[in-house]
Amino acid sequence: MTSEDLLAVWLTLKLASITTAILLLIATPIAWWLAHTRSIWKGPVAAVVNLPLVLPPTVLGFYLLLLMGPDGPVGQFTQFLGLGRLPFTFWGLVVGSVVFSLPFSVQPILNAFEAMGARPMEVAATLRAGFRDRFFSVAIPLAWPGFFTAIVLTFAHTVGEFGVVLMLGGNIPGETQVVSVAIYNHVEAMDYGPAHLLAGGMVGFSFLVLLTLNVLGRRRAS
Amino acid sequence: MSIVARFTQQRGDFVLDVDLDLPGRGVTGLFGPSGSGKTTLLRLIAGLDHAPGYLEVNGQVWQDDAAKVFLPTHKRALGYVFQEASLFPHLSARRNLEYGMRRVPARERRVNLERVLGLLGIGHLLDRRPDSLSGGERQRVAIARALLTSPHVLLMDEPLAALDLARKQEILPYLERLHDELEIPILYVSHAPDEVARLADHIVALDGGRAVAEGSLTETLARLDLPIRLGDDVGVVLDACIGERDETWHLAQADFAGGTLWVRDTGLPAGRRVRIRILARDVSVALERHDRTSIQNLLPGAVEAIADESHPALALVRVSVSGQPIVARVTRRSVAALGLAPGMPVWLQIKAVALIG
Repeated sequence: MTSEDLLAVWLTLKLASITTAILLLIATPIAWWLAHTRSIWKGPVAAVVNLPLVLPPTVLGFYLLLLMGPDGPVGQFTQFLGLGRLPFTFWGLVVGSVVFSLPFSVQPILNAFEAMGARPMEVAATLRAGFRDRFFSVAIPLAWPGFFTAIVLTFAHTVGEFGVVLMLGGNIPGETQVVSVAIYNHVEAMDYGPAHLLAGGMVGFSFLVLLTLNVLGRRRAS
Repeated sequence: MSIVARFTQQRGDFVLDVDLDLPGRGVTGLFGPSGSGKTTLLRLIAGLDHAPGYLEVNGQVWQDDAAKVFLPTHKRALGYVFQEASLFPHLSARRNLEYGMRRVPARERRVNLERVLGLLGIGHLLDRRPDSLSGGERQRVAIARALLTSPHVLLMDEPLAALDLARKQEILPYLERLHDELEIPILYVSHAPDEVARLADHIVALDGGRAVAEGSLTETLARLDLPIRLGDDVGVVLDACIGERDETWHLAQADFAGGTLWVRDTGLPAGRRVRIRILARDVSVALERHDRTSIQNLLPGAVEAIADESHPALALVRVSVSGQPIVARVTRRSVAALGLAPGMPVWLQIKAVALIG
């Protein structure tokens, strides 16, 4: 494997880790709100959260590019803060991945909160635990399987991302060139050897992720 | 010491409108058919739901909408036992017990762990996970968990309803011990007349979101105009004390305010205080004493009142036995044939007497 390929693997893992960590912080309150609200906004918010599931990544990437570009509101804000422009940088990719993988982290956590029901939190309240206390001592431990699924799915989904990366980040080695893009480069250049190596690695990785989820899911069911 | 609860709430067709002043000691049974608002009221008292009103427990105001006071559930010194045990499945029995106890400042803990373990017989279960406990054991741990927060009031929402008969029989003696040994007032929600008769000192009958009758257990159950249809469960509860025993026939005397009854000897020592339940359908009325009968318990008294039963063939007759009311269910034809009327002296023939704790 060339050093450029190794760099792409490292970048991919870094992107997936950071995206997963940020998404846990964002998805947990969204999932909690969706599981408990009776607001009329529940439907629209759920639909927006799930949009990345059905939209082509190019559409998502296109709008993010406009938003974060020099004339977009997000872009003007980041420039105002002195952060520069996000497109074609690693942190631009992080923003894109967070949006792209949002449904994959919200949905499992939401399902776990809904399966838990209101009762455990009510019991904890009658045992003198305030909201934050009971959220960490009861809700998170009971919804842990959902969090675990969310972590694994978000990580794996970010590793497998291609369209949004290409639209937003392009193909800069060491900055935005992730594994999926590196494979594309190799194939374009008829360089099948390294393409095989990276592609095979992705197949193996994905298989392991799904196998792990399946085994753990079955153990939990028994 | 008392619990003042005033709430009004309208949700769809259901209207709750209560204004209660409950004793701050002993067991108060909140009793009524399903849909009568029992659980709703209990949840309002716990602060798990909100309806406009006023709530004061032993001098502390927990809710007063006029003054915009609403203490959240976790700041109310209460214990709540749900219908299903609701133990935290990710914690052992011990950690479940400690969950609430640890969140109460040490100087406010008045309930001793060892004592509660003994009272509920769960000392040997501490290291077990909730899913390895039986339904009855789980409910006992849940009751102990609630008690260990040293609550000013213990709210119990049909704690036996999810258990089968054998488990109920297993738990009831523990509940009686709570009643006898702890100073904590208990609000006990139930639709089962036998549980209420056995445990409560005071009852509130709820129907359609309103308190339709309230008072001490013995007086309230002896009312003929109780607006709740009890059917075969109409009857009175008497406080009595075990007296002499007849070893030959395995019978024991139970002395109550109006006289003495023979009950089956269950091995209780003389002097033990017991409750006796006499169902109206097990009592018949005669104008004179008949000794040539299999019925052992014959008591003289005077008719106080006669009321119609829900079935047109039946009537309820309340007879005062030296001041202690006992209710008999007879046919209206018998009332006419015997010419029963208030003030008439009669003999009660009591076919069955149940010792309830």
